[in-house]
Amino acid sequence: MSWIDIGALADVPVRGARLVRTAKGCVAVFRTDEATVFATADACPHKGGPLSEGIVHGQKVTCPLHNRVFDLNTGRAQGGDSEQVATYRLRVEEGRILLDTTALSRRTAA
Amino acid sequence: MTRKLVVIGAGMASGRALEHLLETAPGAFEITLFNAEPRGNYNRIMLSPVLSGEKSFEEIVTHDDDWYATNNVRCRFGEKVLKVDRDRKVVVGEKGEVPYDTLIFGTGSAPFIIPLPGHDLPGVVAYRDLEDTNAMIDVSATPGAKAVVIGGGLLGLEAAAGLRLRGMDVTVLHIASHLMERQLDAAAGYLLKKDLEKRGINVILEASTEEIVGDGKVERVNLADGTVLDADIVVMAVGIRPAVTLARDSGLDCGRAIKVDAQMRTSDPDVYALGECVEFEGNLFGLVAPLYDQAKVLAATLTGTDAAFVMKELSTKLKVTGCDLFSAGDFAEGDGREDIVYRDPARGIYKRLVIEDDRLIGAVMYGDTGDANWFFGLIKDGTDVSDMRDTLIFGPAYQGGGSADPLSAVAALPLDAEICGCNGVCKGTIVDAIEGGATDLGALRAVTKASASCGTCTGLVEQLLEVSLGDAFEKPAAQPICTCCELSHEDVRRLIKSQELKSQEAVWQELGWKTVNGCHVCRPAVNFYLLADWPLDYHDDPQSRFVNERNHANIQKDGTYSVMPRMWGGMTTPEELIAIAEAAKKYDATVKVTGGQRIDLLGVKKEDLPAIWADLNGAGMVSGHAYTKGLRTVKTCVGSDWCRFGTQDSTGLGIQLEKRLWGSWTPHKVKLGVSGCPRNCAEATCKDVGIICVDSGYQVGVAGAAGMDVKETERLVDVTSEEAAIEWTVAFVQLYRENAKYLDRPYKWVAKVGLEWVKDVLSDEAERKALVERFDVSQSVYQTDPWAERADPEAARMFQPLADLSLKAAE
Repeated sequence: MSWIDIGALADVPVRGARLVRTAKGCVAVFRTDEATVFATADACPHKGGPLSEGIVHGQKVTCPLHNRVFDLNTGRAQGGDSEQVATYRLRVEEGRILLDTTALSRRTAA
Repeated sequence: MTRKLVVIGAGMASGRALEHLLETAPGAFEITLFNAEPRGNYNRIMLSPVLSGEKSFEEIVTHDDDWYATNNVRCRFGEKVLKVDRDRKVVVGEKGEVPYDTLIFGTGSAPFIIPLPGHDLPGVVAYRDLEDTNAMIDVSATPGAKAVVIGGGLLGLEAAAGLRLRGMDVTVLHIASHLMERQLDAAAGYLLKKDLEKRGINVILEASTEEIVGDGKVERVNLADGTVLDADIVVMAVGIRPAVTLARDSGLDCGRAIKVDAQMRTSDPDVYALGECVEFEGNLFGLVAPLYDQAKVLAATLTGTDAAFVMKELSTKLKVTGCDLFSAGDFAEGDGREDIVYRDPARGIYKRLVIEDDRLIGAVMYGDTGDANWFFGLIKDGTDVSDMRDTLIFGPAYQGGGSADPLSAVAALPLDAEICGCNGVCKGTIVDAIEGGATDLGALRAVTKASASCGTCTGLVEQLLEVSLGDAFEKPAAQPICTCCELSHEDVRRLIKSQELKSQEAVWQELGWKTVNGCHVCRPAVNFYLLADWPLDYHDDPQSRFVNERNHANIQKDGTYSVMPRMWGGMTTPEELIAIAEAAKKYDATVKVTGGQRIDLLGVKKEDLPAIWADLNGAGMVSGHAYTKGLRTVKTCVGSDWCRFGTQDSTGLGIQLEKRLWGSWTPHKVKLGVSGCPRNCAEATCKDVGIICVDSGYQVGVAGAAGMDVKETERLVDVTSEEAAIEWTVAFVQLYRENAKYLDRPYKWVAKVGLEWVKDVLSDEAERKALVERFDVSQSVYQTDPWAERADPEAARMFQPLADLSLKAAE
């Protein structure tokens, strides 16, 4: 695992998201309540909508372009939509968010 | 042979360890107990009842002088330990050395003090020991004394409740968006806040404390938003830090606290540690249950018995008399996890169970915690709950029995049982009305007034209809707001007003939302209803807004945004055009003239938005709100200024209307048009409000459309002055704001309520003026330029990525 400090927990609004740029595309970092964070690829598999701009509810996000709803735990779309978005591991330590970039680099190899 | 045991710290953990040790191996140890506080062991978690006056200090002492004397414990109370010399195996106290064979660190933790300006003023206390407690009790003796408690966690709230019981004026400042956010979810946090407020404790959430001010002692607390709170005492209860300085200085292996193994042994085999000062497998400890487990393990280890400490599930209760609250396990949502939520708004009860793989893994309850221990047992034991799932939330009393039928419960009610509390209607009255022919909810409301006010008894009334009519009763199929809630938009609006619900948490709790915090369908609607009804009490929630309204620009299909400055009534100047052109060049935007007489700059990157707004602001322009459910444009023609047919100053009237209405939030977008003559060059007859100027005055039409449906406006009124035209327009918009369903354009709403009703309401001059007044109150809060607000560097930073790792190698 390769944990990188991407910023303060307080910089992500509760029930909101922020964007992290990486060499392999953008990652959306979500904060669903005071202490819980998730990360997924930012682009909706449907038409590339920026998930970091969606409305966050429960542990789900709704794509702002066409209302696809994704479970932040699995990246799977809800209901009849079969799309899936990549998810990444995060942890919070002393108020900082750490992102596991292993999966991001693995994508390079693939 | 007796071994020399030295214990540093007389806290709850070390006290319990000594008890076990003296029970199992009396006389095996020669014990010396150091304590920095000038007293021995007491039950620290019972300081709250001492503060509130419900208990005396003597009642919470666990080990008194007799106990120490009987057990031959040498007490060195009030004496600080200066150092531990592990080579010579001695503890050096202020009054001399004590040799040891075995040493126990029970140094506990110290309260964390935020280093705010003024944190060292007299009158700023932590909430940790008897001294702090006594300081608070002393201040509360002054009549009218005010306290500010920083921290809305367990400790802070217990301090606040205690001070309040002592008659102080108490304000709690909490940085998160709900109280006790580590233990509770937002719904339970809301109930807790409501309970505390009922006791007269003022709670400010998302409070950012800037400084503590005073001349020689605490006088005030200033918040970042400008709020100033008078204070005779400030209690800081924001957290604790393990006290590890002594251990670290003596060379023990420390992380965030003293590292111990499962036998509570530190990196030195003769030195042990337990309690809040230890770190075990990366965990720290703040609650008492695991401390007692550690004490048991340590005593066993020292007496040669095999024992190992294991992490267990923890539960929390708040020791504030009358606040029933319980939290245990993991109550976050997650994949494969299911929530069972039970809300009883009238009794202020909330229960939430989290189930994963047929096992209960978390529970939060508020208002009724009678079954908490049973639920906690299920969590700890990992019991399979699949067989009792349907009645699980009702507790152990319902296991094994049949589930209750709500209809039979209603049928069993006596005829004089009150059904509708608001209007004092009993079951008999309703049954009589049903037998008299009132066979649906609307008719029953009209005849008896039952369920016609706050509506919380609607379900009961419907059940009565069902019991009385049997199959003849058809439940009305009102379209619910979304799957989170069974109520229609109209019901939610009515209940927000009648029950004075002023926060989203209040709506979710009181109206029985089935999800934790709504969804993308209901949250924007509820957010709008709250701000439309309570503009002065409710704060707009950006996280409940669609991306365009959150970012104040229209998102386009490639993720870029479009930027559109206001052009009041379609008028602009050469200077504005130059500024727009320069901005378009600078930010590489495509320029498009819109159908609403404005200029659109397309293709702007999100991170450039604050900068392009600042440039346009600098040229005197504000946001055109081309993205909002709010006022968009007021389209005009050139009117009497230039046109040979123009009868009135249609451009001027359009500008006046736009300046009055801009910035207001509405259920859907609102577009206006003002034409200077019946030739209607501004196409005013297909707008939400369209005014046609004629020689004799102004024809105000409403409920037109030129979107998905094309519809001509209907005449609302003819007036003779600009002032009257503006008053009617504003009153119409406010009536729409107060009544329409979210995402209904005015034409849809008018079709539902009927133009005659709208005309009736607005024709009443007093009502019309009251609507205008309420609109203006809302504008005093919401008529602000969002571009200018986001120009400050802190707000602008939120438009940048949180981090940019693209330049780093991805490995």
